[in-house]
Parts: sequence; structure tokens; C-alpha cells
Amino acid sequence: MSGSARSPWMRHVLLVLGAAVAALPLYLALVVASRPASALLDGVPVTPGSLLFANIGHVLREGLPDSPPVWRMLVNSLEMALGISLGKIVLSVPAAFAVVFFRFRGRMLAFWLIFVTLMLPIEVRFYPTYKVTADLGLLNSLPGLVLPLIASATATFLFRQFFLTLPPELADAARVDGCGPLRYLADVVLPLSKVNLAAIFVLEFIYGWNQYLWPLLVTTSPSQSTIVMGMKEMISAAQSFSVPEWNLVMAVALVALVPPVVVVVVMQRWFVKGLTAGIT
Amino acid sequence: MLPYALLLPQLVVVVAFFLWPALRAFREAFVQSNAFGIGERFAGLENFASGVWVSSYAHAAVVTLVLATITTVGSMALGLLLAVQVERVRKGQSIYRTLFLWTYAIPGAVAGSLWLFLFEPGIGPGARAFDALGAHWNAALNPTQALLLVAAIGIWQQSAFCFLFFTAGLQAIPRELHEAGALDGAGRTRTFWSITMPLLSPVTFYVLVMNVVYAVFGLFGIIDIVTQGGPGNSTTTLVYRLYVDAFQNADTTVAGAESIVLLAIVVGFTALQFRALRRRIHYR
Repeated sequence: MSGSARSPWMRHVLLVLGAAVAALPLYLALVVASRPASALLDGVPVTPGSLLFANIGHVLREGLPDSPPVWRMLVNSLEMALGISLGKIVLSVPAAFAVVFFRFRGRMLAFWLIFVTLMLPIEVRFYPTYKVTADLGLLNSLPGLVLPLIASATATFLFRQFFLTLPPELADAARVDGCGPLRYLADVVLPLSKVNLAAIFVLEFIYGWNQYLWPLLVTTSPSQSTIVMGMKEMISAAQSFSVPEWNLVMAVALVALVPPVVVVVVMQRWFVKGLTAGIT
Repeated sequence: MLPYALLLPQLVVVVAFFLWPALRAFREAFVQSNAFGIGERFAGLENFASGVWVSSYAHAAVVTLVLATITTVGSMALGLLLAVQVERVRKGQSIYRTLFLWTYAIPGAVAGSLWLFLFEPGIGPGARAFDALGAHWNAALNPTQALLLVAAIGIWQQSAFCFLFFTAGLQAIPRELHEAGALDGAGRTRTFWSITMPLLSPVTFYVLVMNVVYAVFGLFGIIDIVTQGGPGNSTTTLVYRLYVDAFQNADTTVAGAESIVLLAIVVGFTALQFRALRRRIHYR
């Protein structure tokens, strides 16, 4: 065989090396978060110390100066992530159901209106959207954090695609049995959609948890800060110490990245399904 | 009436937080109010025309383009390389897939925090490694280093996205095609470029589009944590510039105009995408 004649052994070496490089920043965070701040002055030790849980416990209870305790931020992040992910599902399931199971005037218009949202991520429209949100009196509130982010072309299209695969006989049978459209949705379609619901939930939960720019604009009171948007303040607080408290920053970073990473790793199959649906 | 009621909630959100803000931005960008905020007149392109603004905004456009190019090319090359290599090993495929996927789940701002420490001058192992090699590292002072650091973090996260999609694309290629290539005497390299890559083209196109969108709009969290657009304006992208003008300089006129530019970029980009799709790429 010509071309690259790498042995399987070489290939594993390359892949393990790649995986190790990818994991290096995370390992470093573990090492730093498990040490006292003073241990970092002469460079970072190679192995973790014993203070990991002490440091994590400290930031959870006390936080850093001028920032709320990290448990409070975790609750805020959880509220936002659940609000966004459940909101997207609640909005897109009925929308997809309407587009697939009904023929009505303006159907294509509605479809295109939803499609438009795909091209307008919050980073494009944040300034005018901020002004509208402020005019509606929604700053510093959960609705203000969540509502501008919960229109979802991705979720609507995924559900639409799945609904299209349901055999028409199913709807016919339901109709013969005197079952109205809403009961059909609740009793037949939704139970069949469990895998898709899980996939969208995982995908959008991570989308919600990882938001940075929007909560930065909408929340001004520290008690409403999410953990991801709080990183910047906490870093500058840590650097204001005579010995920078990088160990506490890394402890917060670990706490902030564990939920989405664990969700993706544990629910990998659903995550991949949600992400790649419609393209392969 | 029922279908309308089912669609209503989503459409209300679309109108209130997408269309209405966009329309307002258009109106404000081309209108100038006087000092008292009463009385408006059509300002044409005046809001866009200040010479200082144009030259510094052009700089932000160049930074965006450079960052987008490095991040996109780097992520796609790395993602494809890893996907192909994992596809060819016999053992441990699913473990490798997890190991190359998880960085995608990390919030950008948190990824930025990890790397900020990694390259903290004098303390971080990455910075110390550069120093040891004789290349003095300080991304807070050196524009090139700052740009590369932001791009590296972007690649660290986004190559996982590319890996995932290339893996899915590779799995969808029937094995017989590769066997047919081998029977015809094509080597592995030849098979890859003549059979695999053409069949991957729909996935490649999609990944390219998503990467450009990510690099142009999605790097905000990383930039805000790692460089705040600096040193100078060397990592100030169009999105970061808008954030600074709108929320730190409170310059509403300029911020309105810049929002329109971002919207225009999206419209142009979408039009390009549709043309490319019509031309040669067929989704199943």
C-alpha cells in the first residue's frame, strides 16, 4: 500500500499525544486548583496537591472578594440554562407540529421567520436587542436573560424532520379514534419523540450554560451573575492579591466547566445526534 | 386557528427580539436626532462617515478576517486529521471520540480562563516554555502573540466540532467505495483525495460555514477574558468593537451603525451560502 504507511502503533501514539495536548489545560487547572496560591510562585508543580476540595469548597461558600459565593452563581447559571433549554423545547415542538401536520395560509412565511433566527446569533443583534429588552423592563430578570435566546430554528427543524418520518397512518388512526390534534401531540407524538427531546435538551442546555455576552449585558446586580460571566470579575479579584489567587480562579473554572462537559460526555450519543441531525 | 396558536409563542419571540430590534437598528442608523433628542432627520450615511471611525473600524475588520482565517483553517485541518486517524484505528475508537469531543462543551470564557493562566507571563507553563526557548512571551504586550493565543483557544474548542462532523461524514461513506479504490490500485493517499474528500464535501461545506460564523461572532468570551481586545486594538474584532462602543463608550450613534454592518455581513454571508448550495452541493 502506498501513501502514508503508518503502522497502527504509530497512529495510536499520535492520537494519544493529541488527546494529551488537548487535556493539558484541564490537567493544569486541576494541579493549580489543588494547591495553595503560594505554591505557584516558582512555576506550577507537576502533580496535583491535596487542597482541591478545600479550594472548591471555599469558592462555593465564600466566592472571591466583591463577587457572590459561587454556589449562588451556579444556581443562577442553572436557572438560565434550564430556562433556555426548556423554553426552546416548549416553543419549537408546537411550532414544528403546526408546520408538519397542518396546511394553512402563511405556513411558509412562518417557516422563514423561524429560519431567520438561525442567521442572527445574539452576537450580531445584541445591541438593538439590549435596547428592546431594556424598554420592556426586563433587565436584571430571568425573562430578560432567557426570552431573547429561546427562538430556535435548530430545535424546530429537528422536530420537524422527525415528525415527517412518522407514518401518516398514525395520524389517521388517531383521528378515527376521535383523538384531536392536541391529544395526538401529547399522547402519540411526544412519547415517540423522547430521543429527540433528549438530544435537543442536551444541546440547548449547554448552549444556555455557556452564554457569556448576553448575561454580561442584561445582569448588573452581582447577586444575579452567572458563573461563566462572573469569570472575568473573579480573575481580576484574584489578581489583586499580593500573591495572585490563581488556585481559586482555577477552582471556579473547574466548577463552571464540569456541568457541560459531564453532560456531553455522559450523554454523548444524544448530543452528537442533536448536533449532527439534518446534516448527515 | 389551532396552527396559528401553536406557532404564536415562537413567532412572538422572533418578532420581539429579532425583527423589531433589527428594524429599529436600521432606522436609528440612518437617522440623526438633535442635541435635545427631539426632532429627527434622515442622515444618510453620515453616521458611518466619520474618518476616524472608518479607519479604526477597518482595522477591526482586518483583525476579524485574520482571526477567522487562522481559526477556521486550523480547526478544520486538525479536526479532519484526527477524524481520519481515529477512523483508521481498530481499537479504542469510542474512547478517542470522547477525548477529542469534550473541549467543545467548555464555555468560551472558561476556556479563556484556563489558557490565560497557561500563558500568564512568568507563571504559566506555556509562557515559561516560550521563555525557555528564548522567545520572550507576553501576550499583554505583543500583538502577534495575543492574536495567536486567541486563535489557539478558538482552535482548541472548535477543532472538536470539526472532528465530530468529519467523523459523522466519514462513517456515512460506504466501505465498498474504499475497497473499490484499493482494487483499482489506488493507494491510501489517492483514495483519500479522490474518493473520501469529494464525498465529504457537503460536510466540509457545512463545517466551513459554521466555523466562519463561530470565528466571526463566537470568539467574544475568549477575547473578553484573555485580551480585552488588546494590546492596542490588535485583538479587537468587529463584535468586540461594537461591545466597547456601545457599552463602554456609550456611543449610541456609532453602535447603531456598527450593528447594521454586522447585520449586513450576515445577510451577505447567507446569500453567498445559498449561491454555493445551489451551485454544487447537494444535501441529502
